[in-house]
Amino acid sequence: MLVYDTQLQSRLLLGTSRYPSPAVLTEAVKASGTEVVTVSLRRESSSERSGQGFFSIIRSLGVRVLPNTAGCHSVKEAVTTAHMAREMFATPWIKLEVIGDRTTLQPDVFGLVEAAKILCDDGFQVFPYTTEDLVVADKLLDAGCRVLMPWGAPIGSGQGLNNVPGLRAMRARFGDVPLIVDAGLGVPSHAARALELGMDGVLINTAVARAGDPVGMARAFADAVKAGHAAFVAQPMLPSDVAVPSTPEIGLAHLI
Amino acid sequence: MKIMLNGVEREITESSLNQALVELGYCDGTIATAVNGEFIPKTQRLEIVLSEGDRIEVVAPMQGG
Repeated sequence: MLVYDTQLQSRLLLGTSRYPSPAVLTEAVKASGTEVVTVSLRRESSSERSGQGFFSIIRSLGVRVLPNTAGCHSVKEAVTTAHMAREMFATPWIKLEVIGDRTTLQPDVFGLVEAAKILCDDGFQVFPYTTEDLVVADKLLDAGCRVLMPWGAPIGSGQGLNNVPGLRAMRARFGDVPLIVDAGLGVPSHAARALELGMDGVLINTAVARAGDPVGMARAFADAVKAGHAAFVAQPMLPSDVAVPSTPEIGLAHLI
Repeated sequence: MKIMLNGVEREITESSLNQALVELGYCDGTIATAVNGEFIPKTQRLEIVLSEGDRIEVVAPMQGG
């Protein structure tokens, strides 16, 4: 998968939040085989310095960092956070979130497009967290985005792919644009389904972090993503409304 | 002078952002800063002179999805 100028072998991106411990996070990242983890920016206490400890763990993993603007509800907050992230992580990558609804955590697509334009013009490589809306997607691409991250379902909900036809339409419309499903997947079959539809990758966090065994679940998602992509490449059969016998009827013995 | 550090009122004597960060305990490490909602790059911290009531935000890497 080619995102901006970076070739990634793994189609699974992993979030770093909500794990039971730093040790489990470390093992889950390794088990997932991911090359990209997402991180956020939060206030740092000068006495606790918890961010420094966390960042040393992330650095030890040898993976790329995709900082996010999670929690930002305005264009200004998101753009300022992106600038802070670029300096802190020395990367032009930013997972751009402009949240529009506090209940569904649905993106404010109007603010998203506005922020994406500002950031792309400023040299950022923007990964916009968006819906499956084709008009919004067009505007994000016009703004300079070269990757789209449509949601599967509300963040952290584990519901899976709530709008399969919408994702299919995105795939059909934007053949060359990497599409990474971000948010809402709950189990590996959801990820496999996304890849079977031709999505280029998935970003998983809560489904791994809150599993009974996050390390085992990370491994399961890695397998699902590989299987789903292999199935897409192998071109799945078309479904039929009626039964089609798989065993030949010619040569059936007449036994009545 | 009184400033707000990450939403908490603090008293500082230094007036440059760079020195104030040292005074407030941020001697080193990976942080980014904003003053009154504006991003202040590391290279500009020396030039920024703080005023009474300024809102300083100091952020660091944290868990995220």
